[in-house]
Amino acid sequence: MSQPDALDAVFGALADPTRRAILARLVEGDRTVGELTAPFGVSQPAISRHLKVLERAGLVSRNRRATARLSHLEAEPLREASAWLARYQAFWDESHARLDALLASLTRQPEG
Amino acid sequence: MGATQIAAPAGVPFIDIEREFAAPRALVHRAYADPELLKQWLGPRRLVMEVEVWEPRDGGRWRYVHRDGETAYAFHGVFHGPQTEERMVQTFEFEGAPGHVSLEQVEFIDLGGRTLVRNHSVYQSIEARDAMIESGMEEGMNDGFDRLDALFERLTAPAGAGSAR
Repeated sequence: MSQPDALDAVFGALADPTRRAILARLVEGDRTVGELTAPFGVSQPAISRHLKVLERAGLVSRNRRATARLSHLEAEPLREASAWLARYQAFWDESHARLDALLASLTRQPEG
Repeated sequence: MGATQIAAPAGVPFIDIEREFAAPRALVHRAYADPELLKQWLGPRRLVMEVEVWEPRDGGRWRYVHRDGETAYAFHGVFHGPQTEERMVQTFEFEGAPGHVSLEQVEFIDLGGRTLVRNHSVYQSIEARDAMIESGMEEGMNDGFDRLDALFERLTAPAGAGSAR
């Protein structure tokens, strides 16, 4: 995949709250599908479908240990996605923090 | 104060930005419509913003320049339709990339004393959208900008920061 396509896949994968929760669980360590399914109140096939999306985005790799198939978090694509957004995010974070301060001062002195 | 939420969804050339402000809608709208106020907040502090023209009405023009010492980044566009407290619509072009024009809609949603600002930008292609994000709005603003979304920070914590493995 080209860089933009790869980032599209990462952001697409991250767009879903269940998939973000799965990644958060995998931060703690590798898990089987069964272990990942338990907290969510959805079916195991549904979790498997989410894992396939995460795998395609390169965010999760899967390998077998004995008979259990373990899911493993791959953090590198996330780092790339984070760096990609970081400067744009910083521009707006700082602008909006300045706007907060401006609005606060205007509220204190209604006609400036 | 809220956190600025930025989404660059897969497969469509959009950027969506949402932010809540602790001020009434009329005031937030004024901070966007009045160039004297706009230049006090848009962009990082270390850039000097000069608003050359800012005519928020149907067919009105706008142009501003961000100066970083010797370097200048200029942007311009045109307002489209009535510019109200509910909604402003404009085209947006970075003069460093002429012909790459995006369509920007800012909605001001009244939350009763607080205001949600929703910014929806439509680019000509996904590649143009991605290039805009990659530029960070303007070049050369990477110093000290390391604040990442809290989720990303948590997810990319070095191995060992969570459970021992």
